[in-house]
Amino acid sequence: MTIAPPVVRTAPSTASRGGGSGSVSWMAWPALVAFTIFGILPLFGVLALSFTSWNGISPELSLTGLDSWKTVLSDPGLPHAIWVTFLIMALSWLAQTPLSILLGVFIAAHKRYRTVLAVLFFIPLLLSQAAIAITYKMLLDPNFGLGASLGVEFLQQDWLGDSTLAVGVVIFVVSWQWIPFHSLIYQGGIRQIPASMYEAAEIDGAGRIRQFFSITLPQLKYTIITSSTLMVVGSLTFFDLIWVLTAGGPGDATRALAVDMYVTGFRSNLMGPASAIAVILVLVGLGLALLLRRLGGRDASQSQLEGA
Amino acid sequence: MTTVLDTRAPGRSAKVPPPSGSRRSKLSQLNWAGGLAGWLWLLIVVIPIYWIVITSFKAQADYYGTNPLAPPASPTLENYRFVLENHFVRYFFNSVIVTLGSIIPAVAVSFMAAYAIVRGSAVSRFLRTANAIFLLGLAIPLQAVIIPVYLIIIKLEMYDTLGAIILPSIAFAIPLSVLVLSNFIRDVPKELFESMRMDGATEWGTLWRLALPLTRPALVTVTIYQGLQVWNGFLLPLILTQSPEQRTLPLALASFQGQYSVNIPAVLASVVLTTLPILTLYIIGRRQLLSGLTAGFGK
Repeated sequence: MTIAPPVVRTAPSTASRGGGSGSVSWMAWPALVAFTIFGILPLFGVLALSFTSWNGISPELSLTGLDSWKTVLSDPGLPHAIWVTFLIMALSWLAQTPLSILLGVFIAAHKRYRTVLAVLFFIPLLLSQAAIAITYKMLLDPNFGLGASLGVEFLQQDWLGDSTLAVGVVIFVVSWQWIPFHSLIYQGGIRQIPASMYEAAEIDGAGRIRQFFSITLPQLKYTIITSSTLMVVGSLTFFDLIWVLTAGGPGDATRALAVDMYVTGFRSNLMGPASAIAVILVLVGLGLALLLRRLGGRDASQSQLEGA
Repeated sequence: MTTVLDTRAPGRSAKVPPPSGSRRSKLSQLNWAGGLAGWLWLLIVVIPIYWIVITSFKAQADYYGTNPLAPPASPTLENYRFVLENHFVRYFFNSVIVTLGSIIPAVAVSFMAAYAIVRGSAVSRFLRTANAIFLLGLAIPLQAVIIPVYLIIIKLEMYDTLGAIILPSIAFAIPLSVLVLSNFIRDVPKELFESMRMDGATEWGTLWRLALPLTRPALVTVTIYQGLQVWNGFLLPLILTQSPEQRTLPLALASFQGQYSVNIPAVLASVVLTTLPILTLYIIGRRQLLSGLTAGFGK
């Protein structure tokens, strides 16, 4: 799971002044060095590598200027990969958001049986994407899977062999794993809505559905933005799941950017173009995070914390 | 702030104040759409899990002929024996080594950094910059920088070792850990730090004797969360190792599936086996785990 929280809480500095703070600085060094070597340096490294040619195996690494970029940008595979990425992003958002809100409302109630259900809901979050992908691969197998042995016509389709169905399966499996996570976020948001608002609405004669649309949803605005940002930015990095489930296939139907990068770099041994794709991945991610942040307005991070 | 694992109040966030009476009745009155979604989702979650478990106890020959959702007529452990014979014990220990080897140092250095950032940011520009770098780090996806990481590992001559997985795992656990831990350390009352200082304690001593005991629940949460990430990690082992001896569980699962894709009960037994340690943890420390999953936002 990759987590890239959009609303970064700017830390109000509450440290006591004067207490020889210079003496604590060294404590930040080990973490900073470790993260710089494997996090920050590679970020610049990937940009640098996109101007080189390297097959990933031999020690030779040669500068080739814009060659990799020309290759990548003129390859029809790139717009396709971007299209697949955005398709999966949009559809998984559409599938997850309404259900997560509904489930969030459901588990926000303080009822014993719902708490027990919630415990079961969260199990998929604990499994590795590899394990989940393998399970669904077996489950949906047209010859040996659930549908075949149950004899249910609808379940007997070639789920992973048909382009449209394969995209659908990816969306379903993503939702299966992530909806509990997002309903947990919504649960927190819903529990922070003041009860007095509902009481007032009740006095005014608003029904439950009206209350949901007039109070719950508007009050969840910032929660929706947080959850959506995590979904959208997170969907850029779906790799494990897609790779094990479909390996980008059938054909290139599920070859999203991250898969495209892996195949280009580590299967076709074209590290230069693969680095260029990775740079595009970073730019798309940053762009989307900023866009959603703007959508949320300036005080998103503040409102997020109300009553927390 | 409790320091014991409380398993009696599952799924309920410790930070949420108990609702008022009227609020309780409001939320408990069944919302039919939510209720429908809740029960439907239960089926969607439970059926595949149920299917994995029962099928893993079926003999391969029995699997094809019988109702897939019926429990096995004659349960067998044969599949599990087969999985264990395929070196899964080794993969299990590889995963344990990688997880512990990454998480212990990662949480330790993150805790130190978080402490320094909370205590020193007001006066130290260096610490403010460090904090900004960690916040930026939250936005860097591992996938995007995997090629340079691969190059660095090759240059360090660590390719195809468990260490190759451990080093980047440490690095990528740091940003979120620092963010969460510093938020918790910030909640420690300033007066306590002040009185430690008056007593002549060094910063190092304050970290050990004040910050550590008071933020232990947060440390447990962060450790479990990051441990889960590393345990389930697939990309780093896939790219940074090649020999079967260095496989961790998720990678071993994928190659086992590739090899025996027709033997569905055996593949599912491998899924069950690799998930068992996490499920055990979930049962023991459910609350820490769940609060850990949303730690970056809820707090």
